[in-house]
Amino acid sequence: MSTITTEDLAATTLLRFATAGSVDDGKSTLVGRLLHDSKSVLTDQLEAVEHASRNRGQEAPDLALLTDGLRAEREQGITIDVAYRYFATPRRRFILADTPGHVQYTRNMVTGASTAELAVVLVDARNGVVEQTRRHAAVAALLRVPHVVLAVNKMDLVDYEETVFAKIAEEFTAYAGELGVPEITAIPISALAGDNVVDASANMDWYGGPTVLEHLETVAVSHDLAHCHARLPVQVVIRPQTAELPDYRGYAGQIAAGTFRVGDPVTVLPSGKTSKISGIDLLGKPVDVAWTPQSVTLLLEDDIDISRGDLIVPTPDAPTATQDIEATVCHVADQALTVGHRVLLKHGTRTVKAIVKDIPSRLTLDDLSLHPHPGQLVANDIGRVKIRTAEPLPVDAYADSRRTGSFILIDPNDGTTLTAGMVGESFAAPEPVKTEADDEGWDF
Amino acid sequence: MTTATAITGTGPTPEGDDSPYALSHLDALESEAVHIFREVAGEFERPVILFSGGKDSIVMLHLALKAFAPAPVPFSLLHVDTGHNFPEVLEYRDRTVEKHGLRLHVASVQEYIDRGALKERPDGTRNPLQTVPLTEAIQQHRFDAVFGGGRRDEEKARAKERVFSLRDEFSQWDPRRQRPELWQLYNGRHAPGEHVRVFPLSNWTELDVWQYIAREGIELPQIYFAHKREVFRRSGMWLTAGEWGGPKDDETVETRQVRYRTVGDMSCTGAVDSDATTLDAVITEIAASRLTERGATRADDKMSEAAMEDRKREGYF
Repeated sequence: MSTITTEDLAATTLLRFATAGSVDDGKSTLVGRLLHDSKSVLTDQLEAVEHASRNRGQEAPDLALLTDGLRAEREQGITIDVAYRYFATPRRRFILADTPGHVQYTRNMVTGASTAELAVVLVDARNGVVEQTRRHAAVAALLRVPHVVLAVNKMDLVDYEETVFAKIAEEFTAYAGELGVPEITAIPISALAGDNVVDASANMDWYGGPTVLEHLETVAVSHDLAHCHARLPVQVVIRPQTAELPDYRGYAGQIAAGTFRVGDPVTVLPSGKTSKISGIDLLGKPVDVAWTPQSVTLLLEDDIDISRGDLIVPTPDAPTATQDIEATVCHVADQALTVGHRVLLKHGTRTVKAIVKDIPSRLTLDDLSLHPHPGQLVANDIGRVKIRTAEPLPVDAYADSRRTGSFILIDPNDGTTLTAGMVGESFAAPEPVKTEADDEGWDF
Repeated sequence: MTTATAITGTGPTPEGDDSPYALSHLDALESEAVHIFREVAGEFERPVILFSGGKDSIVMLHLALKAFAPAPVPFSLLHVDTGHNFPEVLEYRDRTVEKHGLRLHVASVQEYIDRGALKERPDGTRNPLQTVPLTEAIQQHRFDAVFGGGRRDEEKARAKERVFSLRDEFSQWDPRRQRPELWQLYNGRHAPGEHVRVFPLSNWTELDVWQYIAREGIELPQIYFAHKREVFRRSGMWLTAGEWGGPKDDETVETRQVRYRTVGDMSCTGAVDSDATTLDAVITEIAASRLTERGATRADDKMSEAAMEDRKREGYF
């Protein structure tokens, strides 16, 4: 650590990633090793884990106790909720959403994946690609996570055999590719022995790729987002109304996608009024250009009526507003979502009344079978819904913009977050979904 | 040799960290926190910032000032005063409030003790006693959003905390009934009497906070930097010798060069041995530290495995 200067520390970028898998796959061991070997687990935390492990009669420290933060989780020995973990190397700062892999926690995996730029899917080398692996790949594909890492774990238990790894990597890559996952990196590891997690393995010289940490440190984060359709959902209007600044009127928000430049002609939705960007304040600093995910304040040439919930977009690149939204959703609440349900829909900074018009299908993620007209969606269900909103919304396809193509449904009575929605087609690939309701098999 | 990566799609080509559009981690965290402040300003009637004069609340206030500039911060401040404050911190608090023309509410633990509404604990620690004055101040002023400086890296119960965390009218936290938080779509709906605790620094680490303080040139109370102080040893920590909590008969006072990593109730916040008199020295020291700030400095978190979870359930910060 002593060679790191404060400038080095301040110059790193941020990578948000998610892990999916179960204790059986060695997920906690992998996470524990990433934290431990990158020296992010500190002495007092390790002592607390050792102490707690001894109290439970375990001899070795149980690294899962580092992430299982709630009493109920420790008592039941399971991970219930997403745990966020933080670690850093000289090259990058990492935010890890550690999600439980079991089917009843699909909502947690979806939550963790929603902000992730990379997902690590774990498999046990002895079992290969199983139902749960396919589910994890499907969640990553649905949520359009740009990078997926397949960590083939427990290579020590298959004698570090290249053929075992190659077969699993091939099967997974074919499956995830079919779902439209844009980039897949397969890495043979042993989290327990430490092979290819932080340090390169001496047991697998047939493998020429990066270790898990090397890949996390170097994977290209999608700054290309800055080239997409520019979108600024207005959060608040800033009007100091002071003697020095009697006429200042700025539209503050976090750029959800793309790039804005001074001089750009813009349209304000839903009103459709147009103007030009006369200035951009980047948290107190005037700039000529700003991009996602910067929080900015836009100044316009004309004094037009703009308020919270409006969307500022480039005039040549405005989305069409619609009251009829078709989306893939993950239901996250314990109460069911039914046809006819009256809800609130939050998109960007706008919340409108909406009604669930239809639930055409439910999707089983394990085998991608489609079940027509399920009538309702319960917690952890993935399905297609048709929604009618009280006012037109300028939504993008989720495939084009994860931020402006997503929404949540809220129960108007008790405020519960009901459902997470993604506008447009479920998967990037054309038709990976099977339409038969009863066919349980999946053949390759 | 097995190839590791398969590019299967035809999507746009991502750029690396040398892209002109790459943000530093501090810029990314700052932008996220500003977004959170502005969401609250847009969706709530009576937000308040918990302001203790500690570094996390100082960074919160700095972010709020930037989020709404050149307009003033549209929130007031609330300090839950344990009565065991570091004088340097109180002085800093009052100066800051005046400098920015802010409104400060103070909920006093001492006042509750004086009128018999709270009882001093046998160990003299007042951190757990803050919950009742905090909750009653929230009810009395009808605050509907309460900004806290809590970070998920601080403690394992906090690692499970949402950015927008719903509390009932008793300020209670139910970790099993938290709303999933997807994308950057925060759900602030609440019934009358309920409120939402909001944590803009959720994704920051201790090191991020210090790097940001250095980058932005934010002034801090002097106790965060190495200075000579009369201290005594208890539970492996250096506590300030003085009118509260010690030293007891078997504890001896000595003068040491120390600094504080956290600022809380003086009776249970420990100092660490340190020569770090500048921000750069502090950052170097933290980057090399093998202890978390809570493990090194907070007696109240050493009580049990679930000490923080239990306090949070009851409405603690």
